[in-house]
Amino acid sequence: MADQAPLICRDIHKTFDQLQVLKGISLETRKGDVVSLIGSSGSGKSTFLRCINLLETPTSGDIIVHGDPIRFTNNRKGERIPADNKQVELIRAKLSMVFQSFNLWSHMTVLENIIEAPIHVLKVPKKEAIERAEAYLNKVGIYERKDYYPAQMSGGQQQRAAIARALAMEPEVMLFDEPTSALDPELVGEVLKVMQSLAEEGRTMIVVTHEMAFARDVSSQVLFLHQGVIEEQGTPEKVFDHPDSERMKQFLAPNF
Amino acid sequence: MLDLKGYGPALMEGAVVTIELAFLSLALSVALGLLGASAKLSQNRLAKGVATTYTTLIRGVPDLVMMLLFYYGGQVAVNMLSDYIWEAYEIDFFFQFDPFISGVVTIGLIFGAYMTETFRGAFLAVEKGQIEAARAYGFTRFHTFRRIMLPQMMRHALPGLGNNWQVLLKTTALVSIIGLTDMVRVAEEAAKAERMPFHFFIPVAFVYLALTAGSELFIKWLDKRANVGVVQGS
Repeated sequence: MADQAPLICRDIHKTFDQLQVLKGISLETRKGDVVSLIGSSGSGKSTFLRCINLLETPTSGDIIVHGDPIRFTNNRKGERIPADNKQVELIRAKLSMVFQSFNLWSHMTVLENIIEAPIHVLKVPKKEAIERAEAYLNKVGIYERKDYYPAQMSGGQQQRAAIARALAMEPEVMLFDEPTSALDPELVGEVLKVMQSLAEEGRTMIVVTHEMAFARDVSSQVLFLHQGVIEEQGTPEKVFDHPDSERMKQFLAPNF
Repeated sequence: MLDLKGYGPALMEGAVVTIELAFLSLALSVALGLLGASAKLSQNRLAKGVATTYTTLIRGVPDLVMMLLFYYGGQVAVNMLSDYIWEAYEIDFFFQFDPFISGVVTIGLIFGAYMTETFRGAFLAVEKGQIEAARAYGFTRFHTFRRIMLPQMMRHALPGLGNNWQVLLKTTALVSIIGLTDMVRVAEEAAKAERMPFHFFIPVAFVYLALTAGSELFIKWLDKRANVGVVQGS
C-alpha cells in the first residue's frame, strides 16, 4: 500500500451566523508536505486551520485524517456537530497545534507542559514521556529552561517550548497558526529556524503565516486564500513568481 | 489562670462542634458552588434557570431567617408529609430534624450560593487559549477540567473563597438558636448561670479569632501555591 495521505480536506465551508468565512476549501497533503496558507487577515486561513482539528466545526465538507474520515451528525437545532467525541479526541492527538499566542499551560513548567498530553492522552509511561520531552527540548534548543514556567521565558522561547509540546505527540500533521505573529521581530528568526529544521526532517506541516520568505523557501505547496476561497495554489515558484490571479499579484506587490 | 467554673470541657466540646460544623458546611458549599457555577455557565437553559433562582433566593434572604425556616419549617413539612404518607399508604415514615445536620445543610446551602458566584467569576477569568490548547491536544472534557480549568480557576477563586470561609465560620454561631450546643450556646448558658458574660464570651471570641487567623495563614499559603508560574506585578 502506498503511503496514505496524512490529511485530506474536501470542500470545507464554514459559516458564522450569516457570515460565510470559508466557501469550499480543499487540500490534499502527502507525507512530508509543508503547506503554507497565506492571505490577508480575514481571508479565512486561520479558520480553515481551526476546522482541521475541529476547534471550529465546518458547516460542510469532509476531513480525512490518515484514511479516517471524521463523522458528523446534526444536533437538535440542526447544527452540524462531530458525531463521536472519542474520535475527535483521537484525531486531535494526531494533529498537534502550535498557537499564535503559544497557549502553554501557565501553571505548569515547560517539562510538565510537554509530558501532559503524551501521558494522559497517548498513555505513554511517564519515564518515557520525560525522555521524549527532553530530547525535543534539546532539539528546539531550550533544554536548560525545562523547569521554568512559561511566564519566565521570552516569547521566542515559549513558542519553541510549544513546538516541543507539539512534537512530543509525534503527530501525523503539525498545524501552525501564525506562530511568529505575536513575537518581537528579533525573536521571529529562532522560531522559523526550528520550523525549517522540522520541514527538512520530512514532517508534514500546515502553516498559516505572514512570513513570505518562509512560505517561499520552505514550503512544498502554497495556498493563497482570499475571502474564503483559494485564489492561487501550487508550488512556491508558481504562486510567487508566476501567479495567475490578480489578487495574488496585488498581495505580493509592495505597497507603501 | 482562666477559671471556667467547670464549663471548660463543655466549651471544648462546643468548640469541636463549631469546627465540625464549619468544615462540613464548607465542603457542602464548595461542592454546591462548583455545581452552581457550572450550571450558570452551561448552555442548558434549565440548569441556568435553577442555578440563578438558587443564588437569587439564597442571597436575598437573611441567614437567620433561612435557618429558622429550614429547621422549624422543615420539621413541619416532614410532619405533614409523614401524616400524608400514613393516611394514603399506611406506611410509617418519620424522621426528626437533627439540629447538626440542619445546621450543616442550611449553612452549606447559603454559602453554596456565594461560592457559586465566586467560582463563576473565576471560571470566566481563565484564558480561553488555555482551554483551547487542552482541547487541541485531545484532552477529554473531564481531563481538561481537572488538569487545566480547576488549577487555573483556583488562582482567581481563592481570595473570594477565603473571604467566604471566614464569614461562614462566624455564621456557625447562628446554629445556637436552633438548639445546637456549639461553643456560643455553651458560653451563653454559662454566662447566664454565672452572671459573667465577659468571662465566657471573651474566650469564645478568641477561639474564633484564632481559627480565622489560622485559616488566613493557610489561605495565604494556598494562594502562593495556586499562583505558581504567575509573574506578580509589584
